[in-house]
Amino acid sequence: MTNLSASPLLVAEGLSKFYGLRIGCRNVSFALEPGEVLAIVGESGSGKTTLLNLLSGQLAPDAGAVRYRMRDGETKNLLDLTEAERRFLARTDWGFVHQDARNGLRMGVSAGGNIGERLMGVGDRHYGRIRETAQGWLSRVEIDISRIDDKPTQFSGGMRQRLQIARNLVTHPRLVFMDEPTGGLDVSVQARLLDLIRGLVADLGLAVVLVTHDLSVARLLSHRILVMKDGHVIEAGLTDRVLDDPQEAYTQLLVSSVLAA
Amino acid sequence: MSRTAENYRGYNFAYLDEQTKRMIRRAILKAIAIPGYQVPFASREMPMPYGWGTGGVQVTAAILGPTDVLKVIDQGADDTTNAVSIRQFFEKTAGVETTTETEKATVIQTRHRIPEAKLQAHQVLVYQVPIPEPLRFLEPRETETRTLHALAEYGLMHVRLYEDIAQHGHIAKTYAYPVLVADRYVMDPSPIPKFDNPKMHESAALQLFGAGREKRIYAIPPHTKVVSLDFEDHPFEATKFDQPCALCGATDSYLDEVITDDRGGRMFVCSDTHHCETRRAEGHVGTLGTPVTEAAE
Repeated sequence: MTNLSASPLLVAEGLSKFYGLRIGCRNVSFALEPGEVLAIVGESGSGKTTLLNLLSGQLAPDAGAVRYRMRDGETKNLLDLTEAERRFLARTDWGFVHQDARNGLRMGVSAGGNIGERLMGVGDRHYGRIRETAQGWLSRVEIDISRIDDKPTQFSGGMRQRLQIARNLVTHPRLVFMDEPTGGLDVSVQARLLDLIRGLVADLGLAVVLVTHDLSVARLLSHRILVMKDGHVIEAGLTDRVLDDPQEAYTQLLVSSVLAA
Repeated sequence: MSRTAENYRGYNFAYLDEQTKRMIRRAILKAIAIPGYQVPFASREMPMPYGWGTGGVQVTAAILGPTDVLKVIDQGADDTTNAVSIRQFFEKTAGVETTTETEKATVIQTRHRIPEAKLQAHQVLVYQVPIPEPLRFLEPRETETRTLHALAEYGLMHVRLYEDIAQHGHIAKTYAYPVLVADRYVMDPSPIPKFDNPKMHESAALQLFGAGREKRIYAIPPHTKVVSLDFEDHPFEATKFDQPCALCGATDSYLDEVITDDRGGRMFVCSDTHHCETRRAEGHVGTLGTPVTEAAE
C-alpha cells in the first residue's frame, strides 16, 4: 500500500509552537508517506492537538515548516500558500474528522447536504448527481439511505461520526486528520467505527494522522506511532515495536496503564 | 409639493449633513466599483425605526439633488404607510418633486419590489435591505462570511438550495433569492420576489442597496450580469401566475392576493399600483375591475 519510491506526502520539519512561556510542541519532525497511518499518542495536554492543528494549517508554527506534496506532484510549504489555496486544499485533498461531530458537521443541514457540501464547494451544480453521490457514501458508511434527508441532530453519536467521515471523504482526499475519532462512543459502536475506518483507509489508500489517547485504537489503525509528552516527541517507531517493546520510561508507563479487557 | 428646503431652515438639504452624505457617497462609489460587494458605512440614526428603510433613506438622501423627482414604493404600492411617510419626509426635508409615475421619477426608493415598467438609464433604484448578508443564516460569524466572500467560496449557498430541493422537490425560495453579480459576488437582492430577479440583469438603471441597521451599502451598476443561482437539473424559474390581474387583466405582472371578505373571497391584483392604474387608464379591464370612464372622474 505504501509506495516507498514516491516522496513523502507530508513532512514536518522542526515544528514548534509556544503559548507564551508554555510549550505547545517543540521541534517535531517526521515524514508521512502516502497511504500511511500515523498515530500521535500521549496524555491530555501533551501537545497532540497543537501538533495536529499545526500540520493541518489551522495554527501557524513559531518555528519549522510543514511541506505537503500537492496533487500535481509539487511539494509546497503550507505557510507559503495563500489562504484561498490552503482552504481549497483543506476541502478537497484533506479531511478533518473531529472528536465532536458537531464541530465537523452542519447540524442544521440534512445528511445529504452535509455530504454534498464539498462537491458544491468545488463547483458541482447538478442536484441529481450530488444526491446520487451522497447516497453512495451513506451506504458506504453503513447509514440507511432513507435517512438522507434527516438532520444529524436526529442521528446517534456513532452515526454522526460515520456521517462526518463520509462528508470528508466525498472529494477523495489523500490525507485525513483525525482527532480522537472514537472518543465518547461506547465500545461496541467504537469497534464498528474502527472497522469502518480501517476498511476505508485500506480501500482508498488514505494517509491518516490520527490523534488519540487510546492505545488500542492506535494499535488497530496505525502503522507508526509518535509518543508525545510535554510538547516533545519522546519516542517514535512502528506501532507494534513501540507498543510491544517501549523504550522510554513514560511510554512504558503509558503501555502498562492500559486495562486488560 | 413646491416647498423648498429654505422653508425648513432647521434641516440641511435632505436631512443628512454634508459630511455624512460625503461618507455615504464614498461608500456608494466603492460599491459601484465592486458590484455586489457589501461596503460597510457609518449608518446614522434616522427619524424612523430600523426595519422601516433607514438604509434606503440614507442612500436616497445622499444621492438626491434639488432637480430630482422621487418615487417611493412599498411592495410595489405608492400608497402604503412606509411609502407615503418616506415620500413626505423628502418633500419636507429636500423639497424635491415627488411622483407616483415610474417613468417620471429619477430616483425610486423601493421596499420589496422592482417596478414593472422597464427602468431607464437616467433612473436610480434604491432598495431598502433588512439583511444584506446572503450567507447569514448558514454561517452566523461575520468574520467567516467575509472570508467566504473574499475567497468566493459559495458552496454553502448551494447547500441551502440543495436542502430546498431535498425537502420540497424544487427550490422553494420565492423571495430574497440569491444572485451572482458580475460573475464574482453572491448577493442578497433584498426581499424582492424572485419574479423580479430577471429585471436586475443588464438593467439600464443604477441599482443601490442600503441596509441601515446592518450598516452596509452595495450596488449593481448599469448593464451588469446578474444570475440567479440554481442547479443544472433544477434551473431558476421566475414565479408565474395562473390568472391575470383582477383589475387590469395584466398577465405579465406580479400579483398580490387581496382578501375581499370573511367568506373566503379573494382577488389577485397587480402589486405595482402605478402599473395597474396606467393599464386601466389605457382601457384594460380585468374580471373584477370597472372600466375607467370620463363619468367616473
